[in-house]
Formats: sequence, C-alpha cells, structure tokens
Amino acid sequence: MKVVVDMNTCESNAVCMGLAPSVFEVQGDGKLHVINANPPEELRDKVEEACRSCPTQAISLAEG
Amino acid sequence: MAVVGASLAGTRAAEALRREGFDGRLTAIGEEVHRPYQRPPLSKQFLAGDWDRSRVDLRVRDLDADVRLGTVAEQLDLQAREVAVRGPDGHERIGFDGLIIATGCQPRSLRGEPDRGGMVGVHTLRTVDDSLALRVALDANPTVGVVGAGFIGSEVASTCRRRGLEVTLIDPLSAPLERALGRRMGDVVGKLHIDHGVRLRTGVSVRGLVGNGHVEGIRLDDGSLVPADLVVLGLGVTPAVKWLEGSAVHLDDGVVCDARCFVEGATNVVAAGDVARWFHPSSGRHLRVEHFDNAGAQAAAAARALLAGKDAQPYDPVLSFWSDQYEVKLQLLGMPELGDSVEVVEGDVSQLRFIAAYGREGRTVAILASNQMSRLHSYRTVVEKRLAFPPKAPA
Repeated sequence: MKVVVDMNTCESNAVCMGLAPSVFEVQGDGKLHVINANPPEELRDKVEEACRSCPTQAISLAEG
Repeated sequence: MAVVGASLAGTRAAEALRREGFDGRLTAIGEEVHRPYQRPPLSKQFLAGDWDRSRVDLRVRDLDADVRLGTVAEQLDLQAREVAVRGPDGHERIGFDGLIIATGCQPRSLRGEPDRGGMVGVHTLRTVDDSLALRVALDANPTVGVVGAGFIGSEVASTCRRRGLEVTLIDPLSAPLERALGRRMGDVVGKLHIDHGVRLRTGVSVRGLVGNGHVEGIRLDDGSLVPADLVVLGLGVTPAVKWLEGSAVHLDDGVVCDARCFVEGATNVVAAGDVARWFHPSSGRHLRVEHFDNAGAQAAAAARALLAGKDAQPYDPVLSFWSDQYEVKLQLLGMPELGDSVEVVEGDVSQLRFIAAYGREGRTVAILASNQMSRLHSYRTVVEKRLAFPPKAPA
C-alpha cells in the first residue's frame, strides 16, 4: 500500500494525523508530510479511514 | 441492523459495521435525497464557490447495504423493533435487531418567529441544498446580516467578506465564539472580523426581522436597525429526535447514552454524531458534540459497541475540531468550555499565530491553535493526560 497526498489540495486540517499518527504528520513548515509512505498492512484500516475522512480529499492510496 | 441517518455519522457507522465483520442485512435510512456529503465546506470552500458540488461528496466504501434515501423516519417501535418510515414509495416498517441512531440536528429559527422569519431572503445553513441556495443568493451581491456568531455564523461572515459583500455579524454575547472559546479568545476572533471589514454588533439581541415579504433588515433590542437584504441565521441546532418521541428512548437535549454509546431506555440501540449525548468519561459529564471529527469517530465506536454487546468499550476521545476564517485556521483539542482560565503559551496573538491553553484547577483541559498546524499535535498528550496548567511548550 502506497500513500499519496496531493499537496495542492491539503489544508493541514490534520484529521489524518489524528487517525494514523505514524503515517501522517504536520511538520514545522505547517505542511503535511507522509512520514511512512508504505505503511504496513496492519495499518490499512486506519490509513483507509484517514483517506476517506480527509476533509479536502487530498489523500489517495495505491497498491504496491 | 438498521442505521437511521445517512450523513457522516450514519455512513461511518455502517462502514464500521462491515469493517468489523458484520455480514447480515444492513439498512441505511436517510432523509435527504443526496448521497452522503461533507458539511465543513458548506460554510467555507463550497459557499465561496471555490469547490464544485462533486468535491463535497463523502468518500464511502462499498456498504453492501439497502440504502433508502429521501426516506424520513417517523416513529420508533421498540416492542416490535421496527422503524416506521415514509419514503418515495410510501409508508413502511423496517425491522432491526440492532439500531444506530444518527439523525443529527436541524437549525434553530428565531425565537417566536415562524420558520426563517416567514420571509424571503432569510437563510439557515445545514444541508448542501441550504449552502447552494445561499451561494446563489450571494451572487446577487446582497447586504448581509448574520445572526449568531458561533462557528457557522463566523465562517459565513468570513466567506461573505471574501466575496466582497457588506456584512454585519450580530451576537447577544460579548464576543464571537464566546461560548466555545471564552471571552478572551472570542475577542481575538472579534478583532479578526473587524480587521476584515465586518460590522460586529455584540452584546445585543435580535428583536425581529423587518421586511414586507422580503427581508429588509434586522431590528435589534437597542432599537437600532441593521439593514440587510439577506439574513443568515446561525443560531445553533437542535437534535432531530421528533421521531423518537413517544418511545422509551431517553431524550434530553439529544439521545442520552452511556459511556459506550448505548442509548438509555432501549436495548441494542446506539447513537452517534450530533444527536447523541453520551457520558464522556474523561470529563465526567454527558456531552453532545457537533463537530466533524467526532461524528466519524463516535460512529465507529458506537458500531463496534453494538457488535460487542456487553464487552463494549467506553468511547473516551480527545475532542478535536477546526474552523477556517479569513486566512486563519483555528484548531482545537479538548474542551475549552471546561476551562476557567486561558494563557497564551506560544507565539504572538497580534500576528494570529499562537497556541493558547485552557486550564481548570491547575490542569490543562484544552488547546487552541491559531495558524499553528505543526505545533498543535505536540500538545495532544498535554490534553489527553491533563498535564499541569499552564503547560510547558513540548518539543
């Protein structure tokens, strides 16, 4: 599973960070960083939830 | 299983049932004809015209459910375990073993006034249709009066100013968002509005709307008249529980639930989202939360509880929320309304870039971040563990 964030769309609301803090982190520049772009399978539910919950729909998931 | 309410909470609850392995029959009942959508953009990006309709739709996983849209729940029969509904095909009764109540809220109207003052040009904002109607009305460049400076009213005022419209924002309290953020931070938001050209009228109530068929202004309690040919009522919401009246479900400012989201007065019934007033263990009180983040999280917790039965876990979240106004993003963790003091712990209020902590009896109960997206989550533990107030800035 590969996590991709469209930075033109992201508004750093950090909903994803609340759901999967080991994958998403808003850093010192105020921007979201994907700190683990290939999260392990056991995080799939959380990452999918973050993807669906993103208020700007900036997150997408690809397989592999 | 039946889920009544097919907006954010209802949808997330249905998803959670499937994710947790429920493979029986699932019926989702929604009053609106629209597929589930997000409400946060309705007072912001969508209202501003920056987002088109398709971006407002919620991303939903395949539910394998019988989804009934345009269908109103009219009554709950706990003996027969059925919900009486009225849909496009008439009346029907839908049976259930387990039920999730997620009917949300509806906007309040002016006290003593008929719906929306009975006048053309008066809007409330809850649904995507409301937002679209308001957006179209704003295209005519009206003079806008916003009644109520809570989150919806404040965001609408901000969006209207960004569209270059004249705006008066009115609230009986001393500052915008005073109930949510307290007086001191409310004043910060008040200055933000004034600096962006809003006429702010605080500390004064609305006596009524003035107009003949079409609204022309807002009469305030001090006798003054605010001219407005478009009025937005941001007076808060009331839980949509009419269909539960007459059932044994305990109603008191929403559906009263225990710490696991089980509804009092019923068995195998849970509630989630704006309609649910559940016992929040950390604060030791019943809460009803009208925020986006909670609706999704509580829905998942309630669905898990329904499947787990007596092994269900309490739902005890750190509440979080955000609001966009002008170029400022406000983010909240915890419950500012519990605090009796507030201190700025980082940054500069005059630059609108700061972190403020709310304290009660020497403990930190909430954090407000203004344009500090990167710092907010460093404080999560501070709120979660209610560390000493005022907190030291974490690394």
